[in-house]
Amino acid sequence: MSALSVALTGNPNTGKSTIFNELTGARQKIGNWPGVTVDKKVGVIEHNGRKISVIDLPGTYSINARSQEEQVVSDYFKENKPDIVVNIIDAANIARNLFLTVQLMEHGIPLILNLNMMDEAQRHGIKIDMKKLEDAFGMPVTNTVGRSNKSVRKLLDVFTNAVMTNYKPSKLITDHIDKVHKIEQSGLGAAKIEEEIISARYDLIDKIMASAVTVSAAGKTLTEKLDSYLANGVSSLVLMLVVFYLMFQISFNWIGQPLADLVGEFFDETLVPWAAESMAEAGVADWMQSLVSDGIIAGVGAVINFVPLIFTLFIILSFLDGTGYMARVAFIMDPIMRRAGLSGKSIMPLVMGFGCAVPAIMANRALDTHKDRMISIFVTPFITCNAKVPIIALFAAMFFPDNVANVVFAMYFLGIITAIVMAKVLSTTIFKEQKSTFLLELPPYRLPDPKTVLLEAWDKGKGYLIKAGTIIFAMSVIIWFLSSFNSDGMTEDMDNSYLASIGSTTSVIFAPQGFDTWEAGAAVITGVLAKEAVVSTMGILYGADEDSVDTNDAEGTAEVLNATSMGSAFTPLSALAFMVFTLLYSPCMTALGTVKKEAQSFKWMAFVFFYTCAVAWVASLVVYQGGKLLGFE
Amino acid sequence: MTLKETKSGMVVRIDSVGESALKQRLMTMGLIPGTRVEVLNSAPLGDPIAIRLRSYNLALRRDDAAQIEVSQVN
Repeated sequence: MSALSVALTGNPNTGKSTIFNELTGARQKIGNWPGVTVDKKVGVIEHNGRKISVIDLPGTYSINARSQEEQVVSDYFKENKPDIVVNIIDAANIARNLFLTVQLMEHGIPLILNLNMMDEAQRHGIKIDMKKLEDAFGMPVTNTVGRSNKSVRKLLDVFTNAVMTNYKPSKLITDHIDKVHKIEQSGLGAAKIEEEIISARYDLIDKIMASAVTVSAAGKTLTEKLDSYLANGVSSLVLMLVVFYLMFQISFNWIGQPLADLVGEFFDETLVPWAAESMAEAGVADWMQSLVSDGIIAGVGAVINFVPLIFTLFIILSFLDGTGYMARVAFIMDPIMRRAGLSGKSIMPLVMGFGCAVPAIMANRALDTHKDRMISIFVTPFITCNAKVPIIALFAAMFFPDNVANVVFAMYFLGIITAIVMAKVLSTTIFKEQKSTFLLELPPYRLPDPKTVLLEAWDKGKGYLIKAGTIIFAMSVIIWFLSSFNSDGMTEDMDNSYLASIGSTTSVIFAPQGFDTWEAGAAVITGVLAKEAVVSTMGILYGADEDSVDTNDAEGTAEVLNATSMGSAFTPLSALAFMVFTLLYSPCMTALGTVKKEAQSFKWMAFVFFYTCAVAWVASLVVYQGGKLLGFE
Repeated sequence: MTLKETKSGMVVRIDSVGESALKQRLMTMGLIPGTRVEVLNSAPLGDPIAIRLRSYNLALRRDDAAQIEVSQVN
């Protein structure tokens, strides 16, 4: 027997993903719908000896192809005839949820209506008579409690036992479909026809609601009470700052950093000595030992160090998103963000940008319009991602030992300010003609399902791990090769290596910024491959003992490097200019690749590379020359 | 009056959605002539505003709300 195909469809915020996650668990595959930047989630499970393939269609309010998600759902039903289509409905929000249901039925798609979160609906004074609803539609109606695994697993019995041919659309539905056909043939304009049909759908929904649903006045709900603080008045902005402060403290200091230290320790104290010993014992050639220890383990290790920080941040963000709080943040921040040429919905991607630009750029999919999406994508790279932190920390410790915290703060601030200024510039120039809109559902506050939070955080953060395993791995080998070889073969003297010649060619353009050394030039080049590489390249090039260059220990590294010629290669002012440049210039290769994918254009990727480099070059020039005019060195 | 001119706590009925780029999206979200809408709070800087209709909450910008004609029912 072939696999039973099941498609899940429904509005956003209905708990559809949670149901999908409960059904498929870790056996789900996340891919991409062809030609668009929308996640495609499928999972294959077995139930009572029957294979069931479940597809989670993107959450949409309708299927009018007004967004990529709607296009995907609409195309899917044109091209596929799944055995079972389950329409997940948030019972507490049934009236608006049924809009999609009615639209799907107009297309002749047989549905199972699954009412989710019935308990919440009851608390809100909404009572649904499932039998009457079934009769009104002529389609089977089931219910689930999204966070209860047992309740969701019961759906599997429904899938395998459902005989859709036993059901026929009710007269109410067939009459509605006739009415829709009449409107379509009425000869009115396209827009007018659509509006008439939308009205007809809500007329039908009102009829069904009157027969099957009773709404009684409930007291003040928890959501209303919370919103009077979290989405109302100046207090909401203060509370948001507190929430964000706690989020960063937890991710970067309280939980993320101790975990990162453990990982770093494992690399330094266990993996590196073990690798060195086993290679020595096995009699591996010296150059191979150098490649593995100094190149690959050092390079990959520097990236793996950040994984706990990034995952902690993403788990917290996914949790906040699942509670409904991020929608409030978008709501209260919209007027502020709009003045900068952005949308309130840009907050989520920009905050993610403090972790890693790659998932942050992808998170811009949630934005309403092309204009908002593009601007937000183009300014996200200015945010100080985790990989840029070691550069700032090291240079601050080396050249501003008395003001480390202030300098680090100033750099974070500069990143945010640059993002805001450039958003304003882009919105009033390239995207001047396009309109920005903002329409956002404020879902009720809910405690998110832990499995869904973890899966989402994993989905956002996994790109970073892949990067460590692929690009950083390859890059470590390349940098090691370039710094250890020249046209005569392997060289001990790095000043004569390939990297030195590449670096000195590049460094010419940094003469006005005061850091035109070949080492700085080489570090800038490797930084495009990955920002993590800047510090380790500097360490290698200035001849520090590899073990002492630790991306997590800025002060220790600063002490070591101060003893090398690096201490004299920069003045405090040129060091500041270098920090500003590396903070703002081109995002790493992986992020550039993501821009290309999300903007669906190679041209926009090239634009991002050149314009960020130009902004960085000018900003560092202003810092250096301005500083000199003011008498600094 | 328009939805933009309403005050928090008012209950209104939609008379017309008005012509705007958002019109069909607004209608899809349930803003149909005759729909009962409760005006909730607005964001700290007065914009966007939150409304409650058909048992759910929706946020929209004041500029878009200015296109929507309503009349008060309470």
